[in-house]
Amino acid sequence: MDQLSAKQLRDKIAARQTSSVEATRAVFARIAKIEPILGAYISTFEKQAIARAAEIDKRIATGEKLGQLAGVPVAVKDNMCTTFGTTTCASKILANFHAPYNATVVEKLLAADAVIIGKTNLDEFAMGSSTENSGLKQTVNPWDTKRVPGGSSGGSTAAVAAGLCYAALGSDTGGSIRQPASLCGVVGLKPTYGRVSRYGLVAYGSSLDQIGPITQTVEDCALMLNVIAGHDTADSTSVDEKIAPVVDYLAKLDEPVKGLKIGIASSFNAGADEQVRKAIDEAIKTYRNLGATIVEIDMPHLDYAIAAYYMVATAEASSNLARYDGVHYGHRTQNPNDYIEVYTKSRAEGFGKEVKRRIMLGTYALSSGYYDAYYLKALKVRNLIRVDFVRAFEKCDCIMMPVAPTTAFKIGEKVDDPLKMYLSDIYTIAANLAGIPGISIPCGFDDKKLPVGLQILSPAFSEEKLLRIAQMYEKQTDWHNKRPLI
Amino acid sequence: MSNVDYKVLVGLEIHVQLYTRTKMFCGCELAFGAEPNSRVCPVCLGMPGSLPVMNKQAVEFSMLAGLALNCQIPSFTKWDRKGYYYPDLPKNYQISQYDLPLALNGYIEIPLKDGSFKKIRIRRAHLEEDAGKNLHTAGNFSQVDLNRAGTPLLEIVTEPDMSSAAEVRTLAEELQRIVRYLGVSEADMQKGHMRFEPNVNLVITRAGQQFKTPIVEVKNLNSFKALENSIEYEIGRQLDRFLETGETMEMGNKSTRGWDDAKEITVLQREKEEAHDYRYFPDPDLVPVRVNEQWLNEIKSRLCELPSKKRLRYIKDYGLSDYDAGVLTNDRPVADFFETTVKAGGEPKRVCNLLTQVGLKLANARGCTIAELGPKPDDIAQLAQMAQTGEISATAANTILEEMVNSGKDPRELAEQLNLIQKSDAGELEAIVDEVLKSNSQAVADFKEGGKKSGKAKGFLLGQVMQKTKGRANPKVAAEILDKKLA
Repeated sequence: MDQLSAKQLRDKIAARQTSSVEATRAVFARIAKIEPILGAYISTFEKQAIARAAEIDKRIATGEKLGQLAGVPVAVKDNMCTTFGTTTCASKILANFHAPYNATVVEKLLAADAVIIGKTNLDEFAMGSSTENSGLKQTVNPWDTKRVPGGSSGGSTAAVAAGLCYAALGSDTGGSIRQPASLCGVVGLKPTYGRVSRYGLVAYGSSLDQIGPITQTVEDCALMLNVIAGHDTADSTSVDEKIAPVVDYLAKLDEPVKGLKIGIASSFNAGADEQVRKAIDEAIKTYRNLGATIVEIDMPHLDYAIAAYYMVATAEASSNLARYDGVHYGHRTQNPNDYIEVYTKSRAEGFGKEVKRRIMLGTYALSSGYYDAYYLKALKVRNLIRVDFVRAFEKCDCIMMPVAPTTAFKIGEKVDDPLKMYLSDIYTIAANLAGIPGISIPCGFDDKKLPVGLQILSPAFSEEKLLRIAQMYEKQTDWHNKRPLI
Repeated sequence: MSNVDYKVLVGLEIHVQLYTRTKMFCGCELAFGAEPNSRVCPVCLGMPGSLPVMNKQAVEFSMLAGLALNCQIPSFTKWDRKGYYYPDLPKNYQISQYDLPLALNGYIEIPLKDGSFKKIRIRRAHLEEDAGKNLHTAGNFSQVDLNRAGTPLLEIVTEPDMSSAAEVRTLAEELQRIVRYLGVSEADMQKGHMRFEPNVNLVITRAGQQFKTPIVEVKNLNSFKALENSIEYEIGRQLDRFLETGETMEMGNKSTRGWDDAKEITVLQREKEEAHDYRYFPDPDLVPVRVNEQWLNEIKSRLCELPSKKRLRYIKDYGLSDYDAGVLTNDRPVADFFETTVKAGGEPKRVCNLLTQVGLKLANARGCTIAELGPKPDDIAQLAQMAQTGEISATAANTILEEMVNSGKDPRELAEQLNLIQKSDAGELEAIVDEVLKSNSQAVADFKEGGKKSGKAKGFLLGQVMQKTKGRANPKVAAEILDKKLA
């Protein structure tokens, strides 16, 4: 595949130097070749996509002014509802589920004249850090097919990294955009909670879930955010634009942030692998060379983030996933003896191990007699972490740290040790607990030629500045142009 | 046995369906009797990815009802998920309010037979969404109709302050009037708009010792009759059971019973209160509701005079009978119509008679409201004035009102057309009286004789005057002339 970014492709299509049909066909040709190895997609819509591309080309030919993603082939994580194809959440329980409506972000992509080519694999119900918990298929890392792509948006990040789409949407509850972006060497942004509508995103942890772009470049990330950001009357938790206006994230993208102050918690970074730390240190050096100053910050409650996260997320999940019961839609057990068995057997058959584990954890945390000790305590910790960030951002514009403690690990390496797996999210979950935005950008490779990501966190609703900070780095480096050889 | 005495304690949970246009958390219209699963959308079906959006009208209706029930309306309330698995509950959790309800610590005053009022404390009132309905008519499997799923319900919980089945019924009826007055619910029992769950137990005194019987909750009663009868039945059953077994209230022996309408008995549903764990937690899909003073004042301004207060005022200010005041205040539109007519100059008692004796009967027969009947309050006020001044008789007024409804003409025109204007002209009436006296000398003689016969004779003579004028003589004026002539 060519090295065009989504924006470059869009501009070329608009200038009629290429067509959407041509680009879409090329993507499907590549999918035919690589997808059997990669396993990034749960479903693809070749016929539909090419027909749509043709229609967009036709409209361009008539001189019509089209949307921001006109003709660009994009992918959507399979936990966002689409009226076309299935919406499986990579779960057997929804393997044949056809949603009766489009998620708001899907509507927005369509309104921007994007061509949706397929729906990508994930850890079942977005619960996981390696995409190994998919109940439907295995996705591998395009940089090393024996390794995981990260997760839970591993299908989206693998597809973008391998050139099986120009950009994709992921969802991030505890790092599910940023961590696989880091492991696949692409850009992934988790926007501020409330910046992007969750309507139509199948809920995992409702107070943490946020949809965001996964792209080849920071510029594409800004472009995608332009399309999906904004208040939605169908999502009460999406933020009023009078309070937090949506801006054109591309407009000032190339303006460096003057007098940039970067916050670093050195004690915190110590837990990462040496090679990851080295890449991060190098990246920060690059910023220093650009005139940034480094501020040591103190995040006293960050050590409790994982514990708090696994209480809040699982509690919400246990309730959110109660609806998959075999009664109204989704998998139903054969020959139940009574309606209780419709519940118990349908759920036992339909959910995978990790989903069951989290449902049980969450059910326990919400049970009477335990609520105060677990759920309520976790909410208090969450608040303290929020305050930690507010205090930290009084001293700096952004905080930089690794995305994940390691680069991509081997398939099967951590599946039997959930706690070890949970620690993959150690750097990412704090942003979800605090609701702040975070981005992962490629910042180098380890000695196994596996990509490393730099994480940048910034205050709530400061995506414009966050993207500008990321862009400063990308302009100085070439990591984002590196592509796997798959 | 002879020294056994007991007191009844009843607390009530009432579910009131709110009269909003759409459901609690989605845009589906509320519909009764629509084809199964025709009023549904991804939200009320609990589809993956769908999210609830609060219906502000439902919240305002609840605040209004809360204020009418003298509740505090806290400045901060929130939504909680109540988790339990049941096929009619699509998400397997119900969005409700747990520890911070919309309204709390109020009271309702219910009218007692002796004319006094009793205060029943309201513990709380909170908003929640209704479930759907399971249907078991298909044979080997059950079906679920989710049209009702997501309908806004106001759950009102009283303290156990009622001490008889009759009191509970009175409260339920008073509450029905109140929510209808406020326009927050149609409160149509037939459509299940009000459902009751009384908690009943007895405090028994025997040989100077007190015993409390286990609390029984009777589930899902949807008529006043069932409410009253089930409590009546429970009182007897609990007393018998205590005398038989001596069982008293202890931790965990609260039971749940259903009402068998045909057999008129309560039937055990759950022996012990199962350790229900609903795993309540704040719904992360909804934002908390903050009620500021401005909003609260706006809602307060929508409050109206409540039916019991109004009834008392009608008795006191207008001199109406308790019965008539009750009839007029039962429905707010009737009371409003009555008051407008009185304001337009109609003498209250006359207006009351016109409305209760003619207006409401006609409206009832035609299945319309009193306002839809046709005659405007101004016209009826004029009619009442005509009766009041003696221009027409009370009977004629009723006839005229009926004709006003039929023809749409105004009262004076009809009175003339129907020849119902009373003769009050003294000269004209005097001539007629003279004529009557002349041709009925026996009666005049009887009158003059005095005693018992006298009154009868006078009545006869007056009757003759009325007959001669075809009923149009003003009876008061005619009697005066007669008295003068006979003196």
